[in-house]
Amino acid sequence: MVRGTAHNAIEVRGLRKSYGKLKVLNGINFKVPTGSILALLGPNGAGKTTTIRILSTLLQPDDGKAYVAGHDVVEEPFEVKQKVGLTGQYAAVDQYLSGEENLLMIGRLYRLSKQDVQRRTSELIKLFDLVEASKRPVRTYSGGMRRRLDLAMSLIAAPPIIFLDEPTTGLDPRSRQTMWEIIKKLAASGTTILLTTQYMEEADHLADNIVVIDDGKVIAEGTPNALKARAGSDRSEIVLVSAKDLDKAKDIIDGQSLQIDETSLSLSVSSKNGTKQFRQILEELEKAKIPVESFSLHRPSLDDVFLKLTGHKATKEETSSTKKGKK
Amino acid sequence: MQDRSPATLKPEDRTELFWLLSNTWLMAGRSIRHIIRSFDQVMSLLLFPIMFMLLNRYVLGGAIDTGNVTYANYLFAGIFVQVLAFGANYTTINLAVDLKEGIVDRFRSLPMASSALLIGHIVSDMVRNVISGVIIVLVGLGVGFRPTASAKEWLFVVGLAMLFSLAISWASAILGLFVKSLEAAQWIGFVFIFPLTFISSAFVPTDTMPPALQIFAENQPLTQVINAMRSWLVGTPMDNAAWMAVIWSVGIIVVSVPLATWLFRRRGPVG
Repeated sequence: MVRGTAHNAIEVRGLRKSYGKLKVLNGINFKVPTGSILALLGPNGAGKTTTIRILSTLLQPDDGKAYVAGHDVVEEPFEVKQKVGLTGQYAAVDQYLSGEENLLMIGRLYRLSKQDVQRRTSELIKLFDLVEASKRPVRTYSGGMRRRLDLAMSLIAAPPIIFLDEPTTGLDPRSRQTMWEIIKKLAASGTTILLTTQYMEEADHLADNIVVIDDGKVIAEGTPNALKARAGSDRSEIVLVSAKDLDKAKDIIDGQSLQIDETSLSLSVSSKNGTKQFRQILEELEKAKIPVESFSLHRPSLDDVFLKLTGHKATKEETSSTKKGKK
Repeated sequence: MQDRSPATLKPEDRTELFWLLSNTWLMAGRSIRHIIRSFDQVMSLLLFPIMFMLLNRYVLGGAIDTGNVTYANYLFAGIFVQVLAFGANYTTINLAVDLKEGIVDRFRSLPMASSALLIGHIVSDMVRNVISGVIIVLVGLGVGFRPTASAKEWLFVVGLAMLFSLAISWASAILGLFVKSLEAAQWIGFVFIFPLTFISSAFVPTDTMPPALQIFAENQPLTQVINAMRSWLVGTPMDNAAWMAVIWSVGIIVVSVPLATWLFRRRGPVG
């Protein structure tokens, strides 16, 4: 039986989950329209992974409803599993099998025919740039290769919905870039994607919509631009060489959002159109013969978003220490 | 990312029974590949039987009076059963490793029978034990083991060995689902298996033990299995050991299978 709204691939209503006294999810609501990317953004321990685990039927909620591809995750887990590919936080690959063997095994577990599995395996090995390594045991793979294989494994049955739990955490910048490209291509082909991340930049780059969660509650949602607007815009900062230019510079830059720090000789202004405005300011300072020590563009980070929305920082002391404890 | 629209590829139309068997076959194939590709598993497979046989035969053998059977003939059944029991520890370790590495989450997110993973580990245990069994027979013959068993009695020995392996592997699966760390998985099986093999008729006749130990030794499952095999192999008295061995093994299986399956289902996120 298919319920929920037809144009939403994922629908979550009032989801709650506690471990003993610890309330991990405190009534979460969100919808993911079919074919879009939603980023669940939040610090460690906000409840992102718990949400993903409930949606992929690995965990039972205490209360609330969740529909994936129109199926209730509690009542019809089998139907949900056939529509979903999951890539967890830790690469869930078999170390002793080769990349190819991993894919063949998972494809068959998805109940695909042997021909389909063979075809998809060779497609994905090419697509994810694993051709040379495909016959080697996964033990010998780098972190980035493991993540790519992991993602390939969750795509073997070409599921219409993909869950990605912190897909780039712990990856080097180049591997992260590759992962982003893969995720974007996937979305372009019409796959619905729910991903979790701790990075504002990642959510901004990939998502159509962002749901910010903190302490098991949704504290904000919207498009990346809308959220950033709430967090304050980008700021252009200029640091001058000498204090005597400060007043002249103030007149040139001028504007409502101007902030001045006289001890560090820095002037910053919110920038609506990024580099263009920046260039203008620099040109005018040059004309006025005011030497500039340095200039930089500050984008609102997750911390800024959190500070604005919750009044506290995203990376709390205790969360950063539990993170260390886990590793 | 492909040209076609992202509709799920059609699952193959087969019966549920077909998929249960297919899943189990895949999981068993996976675990068996692990044996071959993991250096420590191959080494323990070779070294344990040889080491135990040689140490007991030559270090302890001279000092132990086994009446009218030679010590090599007496010892064989004991070492055989000990090696089968130790082998089951790999079910504990391999399950703990799977749970730790997150691959269990992947399996659980798939439309597969969750018991297939457990059965896969058990099947690979059986394969491992068949290999160990062959090695131990060869080493035994080399150190003076001279079986008098008929073909029928050999069949009984092999049959009981399989049944007993199955029982102890399922019991080991429970340990693998209980432990919180890989370190614990390494030793927890031995906490049970070591006392059980030593307080049994494996290496010494039980009649020299203090009365309390003797009562335990003579009634615990390993002794029954060992005595039954010894009787078939070299003609020592059987009494009712064969029946007791079968009853114990079946009993352990009947309790362990549902318990392990239940534990596996309710085992939550790891770490």
